[in-house]
Amino acid sequence: MSEHAVEQAANHGPTAGEYIVHHLTHWNTTGHAQAKIVDFSVFNVDTLIFSVSMGALALFMLWRAASKATSGVPGRFQAAVEIVLEMVADQAKGIIHSAESRKFIAPLALTVFVWIFFMNALDLLPVDLLPLIWQTASGDHHAYLRIVPTADLNGTLGMSIGVLLVCLYYNVKIKGFGGWVHELFSAPFGSHPVLAPLNFMMQLIEFAAKTISHGMRLFGNMYAGELVFMLIALMGAAWAGSFTGAALWVGHVIAGSMWAIFHILIITLQAFIFMMLALVYTGQAHEGH
Amino acid sequence: MNLNATLFAQLAVFFILAWFTMSFVWPPIVKALDERAKKIADGLAAADKAKMDLANAEKKAVDEMRKARESAAELRAGAERQAAQLIDEARSEAARLIAQAREAAEGEAGVAMQRAKEALREQVAALAVSGAERILRREINAQVHAELLANLNQELK
Repeated sequence: MSEHAVEQAANHGPTAGEYIVHHLTHWNTTGHAQAKIVDFSVFNVDTLIFSVSMGALALFMLWRAASKATSGVPGRFQAAVEIVLEMVADQAKGIIHSAESRKFIAPLALTVFVWIFFMNALDLLPVDLLPLIWQTASGDHHAYLRIVPTADLNGTLGMSIGVLLVCLYYNVKIKGFGGWVHELFSAPFGSHPVLAPLNFMMQLIEFAAKTISHGMRLFGNMYAGELVFMLIALMGAAWAGSFTGAALWVGHVIAGSMWAIFHILIITLQAFIFMMLALVYTGQAHEGH
Repeated sequence: MNLNATLFAQLAVFFILAWFTMSFVWPPIVKALDERAKKIADGLAAADKAKMDLANAEKKAVDEMRKARESAAELRAGAERQAAQLIDEARSEAARLIAQAREAAEGEAGVAMQRAKEALREQVAALAVSGAERILRREINAQVHAELLANLNQELK
């Protein structure tokens, strides 16, 4: 459907629907919008580029602070990084009681927090800025580009499945494989042969629900935020010298500013929530039912 | 919102980034934080110790001052006592010397008076004898009446 709409948009100025559909289509390895809901032969190139570059940028920033870290009086940059790190370390200490596990999980939580914050922050760039630059640079005026990796379900589910794998690893590590399997069949309703299938079903549902809701929550927030930015951009695009157009343009400025300011909260909050849930889920993997 | 292989790529990136943080970011910062915490703790302990040392030194100084004052007072009292003793001794010595001098002078005066008395008595006796001689020149023989004259002389003494 979207492919069709965009081809139409090539012939004349895009309608509002075409504009939004175009903006919501990924630059992937097929060159057009993905036809099937699930197709593991396709990569979203834009998500990968921005996800990896934001990760690299975030880690480079942290690494610079780490390589210059002194026990003396810290500079502002070092102090800022230390504040974030201590916040994460405190949360990890409160949730995960094994110091050995914290050696991996706490840095993982810090990475997730800073990385997601950076990826979410891409949402604050004007929605048309990077796509326009890319369209001009590539010479294809209908090239697709979505710059927010966390507004791509693949990006967020990729991370939440990563958290799931960490949970499974610690389940086995802390309880032993036998102990974990026993837990799978004996919790939450109790250890009884009749209840075993029910228990196992509940456990599967629990893991699936945790992982999917973990990824979906971030995706939904960022996707909706991106969509609102696009709708606001449509108001500005209506500028055509008429009075209504001028009023819409003013509306764009006001609504855009308000939504961007509010979005600063969402960006930080969603990064924090993702980090906290990662800690809580790995913490649960340490506790027997 | 389609699912595709980006998911697995993101999964791999997730673990690579986490590994990087665990290896190169987390340990140096945590080390710096721990060291700083230790430094601050040490500094606070040193400050406490310095405060205690200062209090001790002040107490010691007060003690020393008190001791010095006490020993000075003691010395002054001793010196006063000694001075008083010296004055007493000098006074009694002077009194003794005066008494001695007075005694000696009195003795000398007595002797001189005695001598003068004797001289006067002898002169009186001689005058009496010579007067009597003049009166009794002829009738009295000095040799005959020597015993009488001697008796007279003895009585005049």
